Amino acid sequence: MAAITSPSTVYQQPRVGILARMAGAKSKMESNEAKWGYIFLLPWLIGLIVFWIGPILMSAYFSVMEYDVLSPPEWVGIANYTRAFTGDKQFWPSLARTFNFSIIVVPLSIFGSLFLAILLNQKLKGTNIFRTIFFLPHLTPAVALAVLWVWLFHPSIGPINTLLGFIGIEGPGWLTSKYWAMDALIIVSLWAGVGGNTMLIFLAGLQGVPQELLEAAEIDGAGRWAKFHNVTLPMISPTLLFNLVLGVIGALKVFTLAFVATQGGPSFSTWFYALHIYQQAFAYFRMGYGSALAWIFVLILLTFTYVQLYSSKRWVYYAGE
Amino acid sequence: MTTSNPTFTPGSQSGGAVKKRRRGLSMEHGVLYIIVAILAVVFMFPFFWTMMSSLKSIQEISKFPPVWIPETLQWGNYNKTLTIVPFMLWSYNSIFVVTLSTLGTVLSASLVAYSFARFRYRGRDVIFMITLGTMMLPAQVTLIPQFILFHKLGWINTLYPLWLPAWFGGGAFAIFLLRQFILALPKDLDEAALIDGASYFRIFWQILLPLCKAVVATIAVISFIGSWNDFVNPLIYLQLPEKFTLAVGLNYFKNQPEMGGEPTQHLLMAASVMVILPVILLFFATQRYFVQGIVLSGIKG
Repeated sequence: MAAITSPSTVYQQPRVGILARMAGAKSKMESNEAKWGYIFLLPWLIGLIVFWIGPILMSAYFSVMEYDVLSPPEWVGIANYTRAFTGDKQFWPSLARTFNFSIIVVPLSIFGSLFLAILLNQKLKGTNIFRTIFFLPHLTPAVALAVLWVWLFHPSIGPINTLLGFIGIEGPGWLTSKYWAMDALIIVSLWAGVGGNTMLIFLAGLQGVPQELLEAAEIDGAGRWAKFHNVTLPMISPTLLFNLVLGVIGALKVFTLAFVATQGGPSFSTWFYALHIYQQAFAYFRMGYGSALAWIFVLILLTFTYVQLYSSKRWVYYAGE
Repeated sequence: MTTSNPTFTPGSQSGGAVKKRRRGLSMEHGVLYIIVAILAVVFMFPFFWTMMSSLKSIQEISKFPPVWIPETLQWGNYNKTLTIVPFMLWSYNSIFVVTLSTLGTVLSASLVAYSFARFRYRGRDVIFMITLGTMMLPAQVTLIPQFILFHKLGWINTLYPLWLPAWFGGGAFAIFLLRQFILALPKDLDEAALIDGASYFRIFWQILLPLCKAVVATIAVISFIGSWNDFVNPLIYLQLPEKFTLAVGLNYFKNQPEMGGEPTQHLLMAASVMVILPVILLFFATQRYFVQGIVLSGIKG
């Protein structure tokens, strides 16, 4: 292809229009290619501007405004941010609750997913059936998940407290108790999450560990734990990083489960940060304040992601390097 | 996946050692089976309980101690659920949104991916990097301005905000996956067709797209499930019960503990089953594509 286009470049140049030259084309053929490239890109170019770049800029703009959708926005400077840090009773508590939730859910679900993936990787018969069973909770719509767990956790006639009763434990009020609602949501999140994408990605990672490395370690007399610790774990560490980054982001964004199961209650015990943004923006129509809260959230997520990627240099091993 | 025989390793070991090892392994398999089976029960139990609850009578649903399996299965509960809330209308809305957004994602993402993978023009790589960047951004940031945009357009309480955006590129993940796939296809195919006088669109439609069937199926399944399960968007855009999709409809139903003076817990469970079942059936039918898509995303990331 290059052999055809390059010699003709000299002759073709005058015939290429200004638009084509802006697109980086030197010949008529290249300009035709560029034209069609742009045409096919057009839907996404519009989508990117209307649904991404535009909203990002508007969101930054609203975050220094007071805006209730009905009357025109009014400039308030950094007042929305100072209000979040100093004047909002639920700002710090909702953030703390969200971290609290994530600090327990992320390690447990990563560990659980890895455990399930290792179990499935033992090449037992019927592995596919078990994989599907573990995966089903992850497929379930979050609303349905919340609805059915409210019923399972029913303090008096729910099966969980009934089973606890059999072994002589009086079950707590779970989602109706402000001391237990958070734990109940953690249990639901784990049930819904450990067998999901995280597990499948681990499973793919485990299947990518070169068999000859494991065999070599075995010949050198490595036991099961030594093989896992010195061969498997380093080999899947990029997968571990990927799952960790996504897991942290996913946990910090927790919304639907709490919104449906507890509405953030009882007495704010499951009022997470994403619920707080939702309430400010869509229940009170404080679009400016809601945007400021959203930007604070973005900065938190980016910080977490950056710290994980930065620290990963110490513990992630890339076989290709 | 290669299926090797894990219980037998041929080698220099004596017969006795092999036998011993075999027995050890099969006992180990037994233990593993027990662990996996217990876990499977734990994972399936909530579904079982929901299914059973949906088939109980009003008396059985609130009995203590709870009834594990209803005496007679009340299949009539399902019929009743369809009429006590506008379940058919919600289903129709959900199917409408899911169909249009899946179609939009598949068609527009593949066209855009074709552009990224096969054409040279100024700005292409920058736009592609920005595209990948959008995957990092949490939805919370764009949610408020998007809401205001659709509000100005007068589209609150319509289904447009739920499916229309999908027709503008279908999102970074779909574009990325398709682009990687098209990049891996030999370019000779396009060039031969181009010399034969085929238009770029025809090359896309008749040559490349048929070769992308597997990855298109993957994206279609992921987009279907994402759209079916979506809660936040319908929650924000739909306020009238007759406009609800199933996800917000179920939440609405959940917040009405009694209807017409009767408890509706068993009907709520029946509704949940009907909301969950389509995704599970779809998953069974397309498991291969689905799992492949997840795994691809993990390896590339």
